[in-house]
Amino acid sequence: MSAVLGPQHGIAGHDDHAHDHPHGWRRWLFATNHKDIGTMYLWFSLSMFFVGGILALGIRTELFQPGLQLLNPELFNQFTTMHGLIMVFGAIMPAFVGFANWMIPLQIGASDMAFARMNNFSFWLLIPAALLLVVSFFVPGGATAAGWTLYAPLSTQMGIGMDLAIFAIHILGASSIMGSINIITTILNMRAPGMTLFKMPMFVWTWLITAYLLIAVMPVLAGAITMLLTDRHFGTAFFNAAGGGDPVMYQHIFWFFGHPEVYIMILPAFGIISEVVPTFSRKKLFGYSSMVYATASIAILSFVVWAHHMFTVGMPVTGQLFFMYATMLIAVPTAAKIFNWLATMWKGSLSFETPMLFAVGFIFVFTMGGFTGIILSVAPIDIQLHDTYYVVAHFHYVLVAGSLFALFSGLYFWLPKWTGHMYDETLGKWHFWLSMIFFNVTFFPMHFLGLAGMPRRYADYNMQFADFNALASVGAFGFGLSQLLLVYVVIKCIKGGPKAADNPWGSQYGLEWSVPSPAPFHTFETPPVVK
Amino acid sequence: MDGRYNLQTPASGMAADLYSLHTFMLVLCTIIFIAVFAVMFYSIYAHRKSKGHQAATFHESTAVEIAWTLIPLLIVIVIGVYATPVVIAQKNTTGADITIKATGYQWKWGYDYLKGEGEGISFLSTLSTPEDQIRGIAPKGEHYLSEVDKELVVPVGKKIRVVTTANDVIHAWMVPAFGVKQDAIPGFVRDTWFKADKIGTFRGHCAELCGKNHAFMPIVVRVVSAEDYTKWVAAQPKAAPVKTAALAADAAAKPASN
Repeated sequence: MSAVLGPQHGIAGHDDHAHDHPHGWRRWLFATNHKDIGTMYLWFSLSMFFVGGILALGIRTELFQPGLQLLNPELFNQFTTMHGLIMVFGAIMPAFVGFANWMIPLQIGASDMAFARMNNFSFWLLIPAALLLVVSFFVPGGATAAGWTLYAPLSTQMGIGMDLAIFAIHILGASSIMGSINIITTILNMRAPGMTLFKMPMFVWTWLITAYLLIAVMPVLAGAITMLLTDRHFGTAFFNAAGGGDPVMYQHIFWFFGHPEVYIMILPAFGIISEVVPTFSRKKLFGYSSMVYATASIAILSFVVWAHHMFTVGMPVTGQLFFMYATMLIAVPTAAKIFNWLATMWKGSLSFETPMLFAVGFIFVFTMGGFTGIILSVAPIDIQLHDTYYVVAHFHYVLVAGSLFALFSGLYFWLPKWTGHMYDETLGKWHFWLSMIFFNVTFFPMHFLGLAGMPRRYADYNMQFADFNALASVGAFGFGLSQLLLVYVVIKCIKGGPKAADNPWGSQYGLEWSVPSPAPFHTFETPPVVK
Repeated sequence: MDGRYNLQTPASGMAADLYSLHTFMLVLCTIIFIAVFAVMFYSIYAHRKSKGHQAATFHESTAVEIAWTLIPLLIVIVIGVYATPVVIAQKNTTGADITIKATGYQWKWGYDYLKGEGEGISFLSTLSTPEDQIRGIAPKGEHYLSEVDKELVVPVGKKIRVVTTANDVIHAWMVPAFGVKQDAIPGFVRDTWFKADKIGTFRGHCAELCGKNHAFMPIVVRVVSAEDYTKWVAAQPKAAPVKTAALAADAAAKPASN
């Protein structure tokens, strides 16, 4: 392979059309350029973030007060289900793939992704999938209301909206697998001469590991939902006890996908933070190789902890103990990563532009989500808190304050490289502080609701949960509205602003800062040499 | 049902164990959190570029990295050692005085007293909150959405084994004050147990998404003295309990209802 994809071939691949490219709609529909495709991924993900966000605000409006006001329970369940599916598969995952498309070739000194046309196909598959998900609200019976986990046999009761969701997830899975193959091939074969694996930027490392996780588990999800489909329409009984099946088997298969999926959404976030923190600390990343090993350990452990999502199904005591111990172990490599970031900051020369604010904010609130994670790893406590708002608080602390804040950090960090302009720093800081405050106003009270015993996925609740729910709803609207500021900052930055230098942050690391800002359509046609 | 900033007040030995386990974890995590982030905020305060702080150049230390791998590992082992006996006790459903089967239906609970005093008692337990309160036409009562037409009644201080199953989809039988939550799975039986250590009424909910009225199938357990329990048993009409084996067939025959 290396002979085929050697540097000389990289130059030969771009002949006379190297400095010309299609314009208008053809540029995007037929896009094979990693930067264009990355941009489309990011816009797609931002749109889905707002669709999922509107669903979240629908949920919070209904829960503002006890009683049923805005949504009937059927529609409420559709909202919670689709909020989860759209945020996970439509917003967070494509956003990280967008970052991968933009940054991996720039960070390893490659001219593009390995399979440019497959890259185009991976992106354009997202559109029909998103349409299927959104359209499912308008079919008879509405969208699937079985929760984003689609547990059987509730999911076998659903109407045609469930089938649309199954097809959408199949398509999204195919897209993810193709994207992962592309990323792995690019990283393993197209690094600039001299860039050994242990000289790769952390973002590239975390994505390499994430891509392997995706290839390992997306087919498992596809298998689970295919069995759902055949149970629903073709008379099989995989998950139906009356036909010799087992509903719990669905959960085992789903979570064998689902737990690695959690790390698919956080490992690239760790990568972004590991790029931002050293830059604004003006100090090399502490413990680079231990960061790589910690990431790999988290990925490997993610395959043996799935049943901690299932402590209440009634496993044998040895099962409970095994999954409890395995889950607790994940705290060790995760803690090592947090310590490494703090040691990177320690005795650095810190400054707090927006990317760094989001990175420090990430470390602070993600760690809170980590602590509730270790509390939940204790099986008896999990049994008490399973399916309550405590769990909702926990996973929003790691997915919003974790993945999403890391995405914001990376966005502000690389926006000057993408657009050639500096964004409005004052508004960026406003965006950070508003997001941070409203995030905590929304989700911190949910810990108390969960401890007191309020179950999740409830359209209505007891009177004593009223005040914390009202507070959470107010916070949610604040958080949602704050994200309009993000859109404004991004559009303003694209349209103009102070000219960004090639290396606006004075970073000492990363090949991406050696190319002009904005990054030209073709970069590294002659590979750089890394010493 | 109290518990505003914390778990509900325990009403069983198991719930009390869970309460202290959670308190232990919370205190431990808070101490670590404060210690770790004191370091971060000191760094944010002291090592600023705007104060002219020059960046140091160190970027690895094998000794430190081994230390901060081993110390969390030790802490995790301590947690594991503390939690293990609770896991084992929680799964030990042997030696029950009374066995009750709880069957989840869309959307109510069915109870069958299978063994022990009260054997043969069987009834359904349905939400009794009026629709008008849910729709906001009438003012909401004290036990809004946590009240049923027929409460589960058990004697105080006796080990109650709850066998769970379901008729249609997965439900979960939860009473936080007893530290009990057990999924009820159609076609399968699972079990859990509790021993209430005080007299009173304790309320819980269905904890596994089960369709449109998931929020409207509460669990209410009335714990009474042994004498009152005997009186209650005597007052109940006897009915043959629903056969578990028939449930799976019911589940298959039931038409899609959501």
